[in-house]
Amino acid sequence: MADKRPRLTDLQAGANFIPRHIGPRDSEISAMLKTVGASSLDDLIAKVVPKKIRSERPLDLPVPLSERNALSDLRKVAGRNRIYTSMIGMGYYGCVTPKVILRNILENPGWYTAYTPYQAEVSQGRLEALLNFQQMVVDLTGLELASASLLDEGTAAAEAMAMAHRVSKTGRDVFFVDADTHPQTVAVLETRARGFGFELKVGDPATDLKPDEVFAALLSYPGSSGQVRDHRKTIASLKAAGALSIMATDLLALAMLTPPGELGADIAVGSAQRFGVPMGYGGPHAAFFATRDEFKRAMPGRVIGVSVDAEGRPALRMALQTREQHIRREKATSNICTAQVLLAVIAGMFAVYQGPKGIAKIAARAHRFAEIAAHALRKWGYEVTTDAFFDTITVRVPARAYALVAKAREQRINLRHVDADHIGISFDETTRRSEVEKLLGCFRTNGLAGWSLDQIDEELSECIPAGLQRTSDYLTHPVFNMYRSETRMLRYLRHLQSKDIALDRSMIPLGSCTMKLNATTEMIPVTWPEFANMHPFCPLEQAQGYQQLFEELESWLAEITGFDAVSLQPNAGSQGEYAGLMTIRAFHEANGDSHRDVCLIPSSAHGTNPASAVMAGLKVVVVKCDDHGNVDVDDLKAKAEANKENLAALMVTYPSTHGVFEEAIKDICQAIHDHGGQVYLDGANLNALVGLVRPAEIGADVCHMNLHKTFCIPHGGGGPGVGPIGVKAHLARFLPGHDVVEGVNPAAHGLATIGQVSAAPWGSASILPISWAYIAMMGAEGLTRATQVAILNANYIARRLGEHFPIVYTGPGGYVAHECIIDMREVKENAGIGVEDVAKRLVDYGFHAPTMSWPVPETLMIEPTESECQQEIDRFCEAMIQIRAEIAEVESGKADKVNNVLRNAPHTHRALLEDWTRPYSREQAYFPLHTQRDDKYWPPVARVDNVYGDRHVVCTCPPLEAYAEAAE
Amino acid sequence: MATMKFSKEHEWIRVDGDVATIGITQHAAEQLGDLVFVELPDVGKTVAPGDEAAVVESVKAASEVYAPVSGEVVEVNSVLADEPGKVNEAPEGDGWFMKLKLSDASELDGLMDEAAYKAFVEEQG
Repeated sequence: MADKRPRLTDLQAGANFIPRHIGPRDSEISAMLKTVGASSLDDLIAKVVPKKIRSERPLDLPVPLSERNALSDLRKVAGRNRIYTSMIGMGYYGCVTPKVILRNILENPGWYTAYTPYQAEVSQGRLEALLNFQQMVVDLTGLELASASLLDEGTAAAEAMAMAHRVSKTGRDVFFVDADTHPQTVAVLETRARGFGFELKVGDPATDLKPDEVFAALLSYPGSSGQVRDHRKTIASLKAAGALSIMATDLLALAMLTPPGELGADIAVGSAQRFGVPMGYGGPHAAFFATRDEFKRAMPGRVIGVSVDAEGRPALRMALQTREQHIRREKATSNICTAQVLLAVIAGMFAVYQGPKGIAKIAARAHRFAEIAAHALRKWGYEVTTDAFFDTITVRVPARAYALVAKAREQRINLRHVDADHIGISFDETTRRSEVEKLLGCFRTNGLAGWSLDQIDEELSECIPAGLQRTSDYLTHPVFNMYRSETRMLRYLRHLQSKDIALDRSMIPLGSCTMKLNATTEMIPVTWPEFANMHPFCPLEQAQGYQQLFEELESWLAEITGFDAVSLQPNAGSQGEYAGLMTIRAFHEANGDSHRDVCLIPSSAHGTNPASAVMAGLKVVVVKCDDHGNVDVDDLKAKAEANKENLAALMVTYPSTHGVFEEAIKDICQAIHDHGGQVYLDGANLNALVGLVRPAEIGADVCHMNLHKTFCIPHGGGGPGVGPIGVKAHLARFLPGHDVVEGVNPAAHGLATIGQVSAAPWGSASILPISWAYIAMMGAEGLTRATQVAILNANYIARRLGEHFPIVYTGPGGYVAHECIIDMREVKENAGIGVEDVAKRLVDYGFHAPTMSWPVPETLMIEPTESECQQEIDRFCEAMIQIRAEIAEVESGKADKVNNVLRNAPHTHRALLEDWTRPYSREQAYFPLHTQRDDKYWPPVARVDNVYGDRHVVCTCPPLEAYAEAAE
Repeated sequence: MATMKFSKEHEWIRVDGDVATIGITQHAAEQLGDLVFVELPDVGKTVAPGDEAAVVESVKAASEVYAPVSGEVVEVNSVLADEPGKVNEAPEGDGWFMKLKLSDASELDGLMDEAAYKAFVEEQG
């Protein structure tokens, strides 16, 4: 019997996370393998993945950690970050995330595992939360329309610049930037202007701006120094010259300052971080973007609008989606896809919970501390150069700036070291009296009189000139005035959450989105203070934990993809594309090949590809695809040959957007290299490659990785995303750098880098522990198995549904990669039932629809990921098969062509209260699967009218009466 | 009634004297689906063949409308700003886009007649 006694090591936890992450049990894997005709996972992979692209070298990663050990290791990493009181300012401020929001949104999978609200009927909760965010931005900026957030303040300013160029009609190419702007914003604008061919002029708007030479100007309000200037005259003269005015501003400041809309500005941008979102060493945060109604169809990014549903009630949806680059492609002026939904939701809820009075109090307190500090410093003879300010002051201390910053650091306070003679000091929601006293103590030398803060307070007079003091109301909508108690707030959040389908309810089979498990252990460290409360510009020696995390994550991602260097700065997949193409351009320029500006892109590419290429200043040449969805290699070679003098790059997705491993990928890459081009591989489908294929080994020079797909960062309901890029050695020195923080790209030696693509040095740093934990707990074995099971799951679905629907593209042997596309075109023709009807009918079954009509019109693209078990996949397949039977009834004439269970879907509880006159039973409408009897999802609205919503665009909260009227 | 000509970009053009009325074809309107927005050029703008003259948006697509011939915009169908659905109701009637004063009538010869356009659409599948 002794030999059956387990050894101690067998009793230890070991790599206990792998079976938690991978959904199917061994018995399910065996059953599914049988269905797809493979004897083992290895056998399946041999059949699916072309041998010549398989990596010969297995992954070399550390031994996988148990969940507990991963957390204790991360604790040690976090412990190397030191939290100081930040008075640095520069667009990042301490704030208090109300605990009811922290626990019920930021740490709640019901919110963070949701997808972008494409399926409006199952997304009403977060759509309402986003509408609150838009209303808050509209109120505080005084403009008419706001979007549902952008990536960060720097890129929001860059989007504003591109939009202004498109709508200004001046024909000019010069963009003016207020010199008193956050340096990271200026740096992002510089990079972006280069791609577009704009000239950037940085100067003092009062003296250096010539309105008739520019298409637009960015004015900072307050300035980076803290100074608040009256920009009215500048704005008026820009307007007279046909140019637009963009204001970079601060939402909290606008509680006290005359808003940009009332000053005449056309666009306002900034960060909503300080509304309850931790600094997180740079991100993720929601940037805001507001403009005038006349520009609504030119506004970049996602916007939520009010429409009506099939029952005539108000219902929310994403409006104006046609402006998205997936439809405009190479004619787009923006590649923005992702918003920062989770963070915008938090910022909006912060305003809901605080209300106008709470916001005003927080603003007034930060302002008061700044006034007290300025007054005390002046009394002591210091020169405070900011005379009108909100929460930030600049102090002139000739030749003493370094010493004073160091002195404050001894008190665990970080100040802004502007230059040798100037210090910046910023106050925020978290500033305590004791900290202000400590701060002032650093400036008080022997012999200077001392006062209590209250004594100083009594001597103050308001420094903001009367003409810039806010007089208009804000946050007057009931939603910002109803939820003061935590009980009411808790229930409001629960009420909204319960309207939505997220991964905590059922699988989300969205093709190309990789909706896998976002494990709790991976998520836990994100809100640890040592990760959350770090200012991105704090001294590097205080952020050694982060530095270690970045180094390890970069080296693991490099090992997985085969690249030599990784940049973590791009904070979305689209940003990664843009950064990668800019890197390629810089490489050609360094070689004296600046004329190389042609970018080949297959017709099957995601729409962001051509949009990113245009933003990088490249010309798009489209390559054909064959009937199997593969790149037409002859056409590609012909176009590479025809453009060989000017070929810059190929952008190719692998496996293809059609979910197929193309056999010819190595030849394709070789053909591009032979003609002097570089290969950009879109890593959107990396989940089919990890552990099996390294992009660098098949010929890619650059590749972006969607950490929010393959590496477990949750989708957050439509952001945050993280899109780092890996490059081969010859491109490393061109990777993004940073103007404020040193050491982001040491290989560049300060020269070669393309500059900044995002505001923060390492992008969305605070969510990188998620990907770190995933890789650390999975190791080489777990990651490879995850890929194998993802491919098995997709092929299992393809086999099961293939008996009922045509599968559009398959590789040799009839296999797909990690996703499959089912064809509804015939159904549409025969029965008049479209993909949208199927998508909405799936809601009645309790499922989120697969990706609709992309990349092929009238198809559904399904990606199960490795995290779904066979039981859940079967439940989904049964729903799809039963829906096929419902379609057959329409085809045969047994069911009415219009009044049927598909066209009327989804069915709401309201219809139950009316007389039931439909030609099908209530059971069929509401409980088509027996498994729903005990767990039924009730859609809060009937089908949302897209056409109505886009013809009558309303992007602010409707008055409550609108709901009351509709209910009558 | 004047004869209609058609372009490969799915615009129709009807000439009356030296003024041509331009719109998008029934086929194009069906392909786009319900229009939600039409952006028309400024009166007085001159266009050459292939220039972007208007923009149309439906809930599933945004696309440019190109000038099939050269000329000066003398009138636009401003009703479409508020009622883009007119284009779906009567694309070749009340849903017209703009009127151009032709600068070179011979350009019309390069366009298709109705039969040729029909064949062109079918060939495109």
